[in-house]
Amino acid sequence: MTGEDELRARTREFLAAHPPAGTGRLEFLRARFDAGLAWVHYPEGLGGLGAPRALQAVVDAELEAAGAPDNDPRRIGIGLGMAAPTVLRYGTDEQKRRFLRPLWTGEEVWCQLFSEPGAGSDLAALGTRAVREGDGWVVDGQKVWTSSAHLARWAILIARTDPGLPKHQGITYFVCDMTDPGVEVRPLRQITGEAEFNEVFLTGVRIPDSDRLGEVGDGWRVAQTTLMNERVSIGGMRLPREGGMIGPLARTWRDRPDLRTHDLHQRLLKLWVESEVSRLTAERLRQQLAAGQPGYEGSGMKLAFARLNQEISGLEVELRGAEGLLYDDWTMRRPELVDFTGRDAGYRYLRAKGNSIEGGTSEVLLNIVAERVLGLPAEPRTDKDVAWKDLAR
Amino acid sequence: MSTQPDLLYSEEEEDLRAAVRDLLTDHCAAADVIARTESDTPHDRALWKSLAEGMGLAGLLVPEEYGGQGAGHREVAVVLEELGRAVAPVPYLTSAVVATEALLACADEELLGQLAAGRTIGALAVALHHGPDAHHPAVRLEGGFLRGELTGIADAVGADVLLVPADDGGLYAVAADAVTLTPATALDPTRPLATVTLDGAAGRRLGAAEPAVRRALRAAAGLLASEQLGLADWALTETVRYLKERKQFNRPVGGFQALKHRLAQLWLEVVNLRAAARAAADALATGTDPDVAVAVAQAYAAPVAVHAAEEALQLHGGLGMTWEHPVHLYLKRAKADSIAYGTAGAHREALAGLVDLQAP
Repeated sequence: MTGEDELRARTREFLAAHPPAGTGRLEFLRARFDAGLAWVHYPEGLGGLGAPRALQAVVDAELEAAGAPDNDPRRIGIGLGMAAPTVLRYGTDEQKRRFLRPLWTGEEVWCQLFSEPGAGSDLAALGTRAVREGDGWVVDGQKVWTSSAHLARWAILIARTDPGLPKHQGITYFVCDMTDPGVEVRPLRQITGEAEFNEVFLTGVRIPDSDRLGEVGDGWRVAQTTLMNERVSIGGMRLPREGGMIGPLARTWRDRPDLRTHDLHQRLLKLWVESEVSRLTAERLRQQLAAGQPGYEGSGMKLAFARLNQEISGLEVELRGAEGLLYDDWTMRRPELVDFTGRDAGYRYLRAKGNSIEGGTSEVLLNIVAERVLGLPAEPRTDKDVAWKDLAR
Repeated sequence: MSTQPDLLYSEEEEDLRAAVRDLLTDHCAAADVIARTESDTPHDRALWKSLAEGMGLAGLLVPEEYGGQGAGHREVAVVLEELGRAVAPVPYLTSAVVATEALLACADEELLGQLAAGRTIGALAVALHHGPDAHHPAVRLEGGFLRGELTGIADAVGADVLLVPADDGGLYAVAADAVTLTPATALDPTRPLATVTLDGAAGRRLGAAEPAVRRALRAAAGLLASEQLGLADWALTETVRYLKERKQFNRPVGGFQALKHRLAQLWLEVVNLRAAARAAADALATGTDPDVAVAVAQAYAAPVAVHAAEEALQLHGGLGMTWEHPVHLYLKRAKADSIAYGTAGAHREALAGLVDLQAP
């Protein structure tokens, strides 16, 4: 365990030994990982020091002040936010050593092969099959909504290993090699014009059993770790005041007095207040986690984030009036990173529509809050005790 | 990291909450609160005595050298959460916060000591609907005596001393028995309103009215958010409890998805309100940007508390419409609170200036 002062000293020592100006980017990032300064709450030897998570801010502030390169977290968000915590929790020592370092440095990009055309909100109904063959598995099926699939070296994958069991029980969690010849990635164009997502077709993909995460048949439980981290990372980013979607709208308001109307003003102020309150809730959640107090607030953050992004970007299109009738570019592109607040108001408006669908729809999240936080009765489940192969589809 | 407000509750604050909640559980039953609304004494004096004299809570904002507890707005906020949760008919917000803040601005040692001890109850004679930025009426000062009429004064009935703004720009302490009080029939009978008539009353000048009133109403608006949090939290908790029990169509009503989603939305609003109310209390305590924090909290809190009470009523069905069930107490308090110390709209308007989002 490491205190704040000790950590600061350690970071300065590291910077003295690896001056950012005279060290290559990758070399610097690898050394930072090896020094335990990548994510201090991870164990020693895996990029961390077993320190409280809140202390990462101390390291980051020192590194930023020294002009150190970062690992471009937005480009490798799925790896950092979803794959890493799952590997850490369920991986073998060998898997942790193999995967975490290049994941964190960004040398290896990760994607997520979860959703399927027939398994969205009902993810546990997924039909991609993994069949045991020798000391490995052969995987066949189709996945969808896969961001970064065209850039990824690895994927986290859930597949059905026993169709004779009820749907939650017959699933196993794997790490899938995206360079396998059976993996075909096709861009999936979306309403913004670009293809940030992909469809991924898996045909006879071979996965060694050593790339399985967790026990055979335990994949649903393993996936919960991934999904909870996804929701926290989508809704729980720490932001300064006006740091989210409200920022561009407030700036447009200040810069363009010619666009202002009384009606828009009332709606702007209301959304500004809600954004600020949402930011405070995220900050309160962060403080609860840092203090070791379990908080339920995280379950609601993504709900608020989705609704606010949609309302704010919608208001901005309207505010722009005649300019709101224009769109910057419909050209089909495959962006390397997703920037919810990037490009123009029209793009933000259209992209924000996905915020209440990706990573758990708002409707499913409301069920989760109602059942797990408020303890209200669960939805009737007619599929709970039925073998997956006998379900209607 | 240090620029962020402390949004958690300390261990001492949780202990304080538990003590207040225990007292209210034993001595502030909903049925008695309902019965009292039709009695001649709108305030529960015995409960006030326990809170103020027994627990010393009237003096939380008053420094120890003036006979107070030397605590702060964070602790007061916790007390108000619990008082809101019980819709307790005591003049805590009006005396221990509003009148006390005005006296702190005037540094009036004598009255501060008396209010802190809880044996004297004070009320600021500014109508309840005024926010910190609003222009409020003043009485005339003629030949050293005060004349005029002030309406909508919360908790004036039951107060021992009134703090009255006069047209010379001063704030005056006037003994309650030197004025005529005409009780109004209030939408929220647990926070009574009255018209105060001064017909040549003697007063003692405490200091300048404007800064004292502004300071008092800003604290009131910010801390009212914690009372609203208490109201909303009761409404949510009680409705969830009831809907797990209540059965229709051979199943618990709380299992219907349409209702689950409404309650989950309400939970999210209450979670947000908690953060906003804590931020306002912390900002008032530390003096870090309190104007914005208070305006944000009150702009958010008022509609949430009203929504919570309205949802509680609707989801209790016919039971929610009865005089016997306490939900109407919460609805009346929440609706009145949405006007008290400035509406949400008034606080949004204040924000427009504070964060540079100017009107057309």
